[in-house]
Amino acid sequence: MKLKLASLALGMTVAAAPAMADLVFPSLSYRTGPFAAGGIPFADGYADYFTLLNERDGGIGGELARVPECETAYNTEKGVECYEATKDDGALIYQPLSTGITYQLIPKVTADNIPMHTMGYGRTSAKNGKVFSHVFNYPANYWDGASAGVNHFLEQSGGSLEGKKITLLHFNGAYGREPIPTLEALAEKHGFDFNAIPIDYPGQEQKSQWLQIRRERPDFILFWGWGVMNQVAIQEAANIRFNMENFMGIWWSGSENDVKPAGMGADGYKSVQFHNVGSDFPVFDDIRKYVVDAGKAAGAGDQVGTVLYNRGVYAAFLAAEAAKQAQAANGVSEIDSGMMRDAMESLSITAETMEAAGLPNFGPEFTISCENHGGEGMAAIAQWNASTEEWSLISEFAPADASVVGPLIEADSAAYAAESNITPGCS
Amino acid sequence: MPDQLIFGMEVFLNGLMAGVLYALVALGFVLIYKASGIFNYAQGVMALFSALTLVGIMEGQVPFGHLINAIFGTEIHHFGWHVPAVLAILLTMGVMVLLAVCVQKFVFRHLVGQEPIILFMATIGLAYFLEGVGDIMWGSEIKKLEVGLPQGINTLIDETTYGWFGYGFFIDNLDLVATAIAILLVSALVIFAQYTKQGRAMRAVADDHQAALSVGVSLNFIWIMVWSVAGFVALVAGIMWGAKSGVQFSLSLIALKALPVLMLGGFTSIPGAIIGGLIIGVGEKMFEFAVGPLVGGATENWFAYVLALIFLVFRPQGLFGEKIIERV
Repeated sequence: MKLKLASLALGMTVAAAPAMADLVFPSLSYRTGPFAAGGIPFADGYADYFTLLNERDGGIGGELARVPECETAYNTEKGVECYEATKDDGALIYQPLSTGITYQLIPKVTADNIPMHTMGYGRTSAKNGKVFSHVFNYPANYWDGASAGVNHFLEQSGGSLEGKKITLLHFNGAYGREPIPTLEALAEKHGFDFNAIPIDYPGQEQKSQWLQIRRERPDFILFWGWGVMNQVAIQEAANIRFNMENFMGIWWSGSENDVKPAGMGADGYKSVQFHNVGSDFPVFDDIRKYVVDAGKAAGAGDQVGTVLYNRGVYAAFLAAEAAKQAQAANGVSEIDSGMMRDAMESLSITAETMEAAGLPNFGPEFTISCENHGGEGMAAIAQWNASTEEWSLISEFAPADASVVGPLIEADSAAYAAESNITPGCS
Repeated sequence: MPDQLIFGMEVFLNGLMAGVLYALVALGFVLIYKASGIFNYAQGVMALFSALTLVGIMEGQVPFGHLINAIFGTEIHHFGWHVPAVLAILLTMGVMVLLAVCVQKFVFRHLVGQEPIILFMATIGLAYFLEGVGDIMWGSEIKKLEVGLPQGINTLIDETTYGWFGYGFFIDNLDLVATAIAILLVSALVIFAQYTKQGRAMRAVADDHQAALSVGVSLNFIWIMVWSVAGFVALVAGIMWGAKSGVQFSLSLIALKALPVLMLGGFTSIPGAIIGGLIIGVGEKMFEFAVGPLVGGATENWFAYVLALIFLVFRPQGLFGEKIIERV
């Protein structure tokens, strides 16, 4: 992997001068560090999709796509350095892949007029485009994820959560605490008892938390973890024989990495997802043919079809579609970051768009506007089958509870606007 | 019996078990520090490296497969065989001995007589080197470790305590195994140090390098031996922790759990590592149980380090550490 990284870095250096006309999609990846197992498949998927477009279609609208990688190791300072190092290279869009990096980049991308897409992470209230003009978090954010989880539990409980107990087991940091306001509001609305149990980084030892869960016997657990915390939590849940049907992780706690170490113990574990799972999509046949078999894959080619690889492909697909719409709207093939931002603000992803890209029903349909940078917050539930070692969607993509999530987003974005002296509005 | 007391007993027992796992990591630090005065920053990475090597050997993975394929355009990943766990553990131990020889030959032999801070920095370099080599050698994906260790609730304890208290205690089978292995390991280390020629030589080196050299003890051999034993301890810790979380990069972070244990138990005492581990394990779990809910939880890391700090203030050498008196 590190050799690949070195090759990519060399490639970047060599190719930098003559490739100024390329469409540049910097990849702030993390192939090293404690979270590398999650960062590598995403980065591979992101790069492989653009390689596919170059190899199969000759790029996007006749322009080759270039994906310079910069290693952040999931470290906020390094992430900001990567942004500063790559932004003058014609960067069209940033996907920083870290909530910490996102928070640091929000004022920077706004000042530099470069859009940032934080898909399923980052600042949730960035959905309000009237305040966060350059930040987009479609198709779903953490509050949508919390709502989707509760909606599923509601369905499991026959339409009522009255008197039930839901526990949020979460990373003890900004990311893990994100869903708490939503869950508190949902608890009030649906009449369930809610409590949150934090886990300190890195989360290799969770005995206290699971003993507490065993004593308190919650009906359902929602889980916001990342890295080794995920594998340990799922193993501990299996150890105390918690019913996996009632244990659900957010999308960052729902990949093959998280469930495989627990073996059959993880059978039935669920996760919220904002994109489809598995490799049964035409685009993957093309990726194998034009990218992997041609020796042009970003990684070893062994991640195709895994949850996090799919997420990388989906992120690249959404960026490529925005670039196409920017080209169409401006009647030019060479677009800049301002055009890209405007296109993202009017992005429309339909069933036809996904079908045409070889990704039928891969994600929800959604439309973006200035007022709404996050779409309808559609998410689906996936479940792990330990026998076949496969994730599969067990529900359709469904919208979040807008009556709860909407006011929270308004309140949080208004607070940000006040402290940053931003006058909300659409230009 | 009140519920809180029963729950507290369960938490106490689980704290003891967690403490044993912390002590397993701390032991590796103590061994090297005791014999050479080096605080081995790379001990956590050694646990990761040994566990990666164990899984790689068991699964018949070709070392440096990605590198070989990238350079030569080949597609080799596996030898096509699976190695039994016991044999794989022995082979991994061989790799750790080889690593000890290399560490001594290429790093520390050239640093004899240097300040402790220089030796410490060398171990930082070693940690990053091993991390990178482990990554390139075996890949960075999370690997399932299957060496036949039992996991999950111990039903005998569950049923027995249910009969006594009307509430079944949770004790993980893996923790019971880890405790048994830790007892065996510590007993073996004590017997080795007290009753074997090499063990006595190791203690002599620990007491006074120059004096040991003057009576014919080979410093080179002793240090290789100590690093090998620390490698074995790292392998045991890697297996125990790897069985819980899969073998992955984060295994190297288990060193964070060992630091307060060392501060409390002393850097030079094997019993100190054990007792320190148990105190930290029980202390942090009981504190989280009693105080955690009042302050929002996640107090364990904080408590462990604060407790260690308090011990440092009143007993800088730790509970069982040797008091250093330097005469001017």
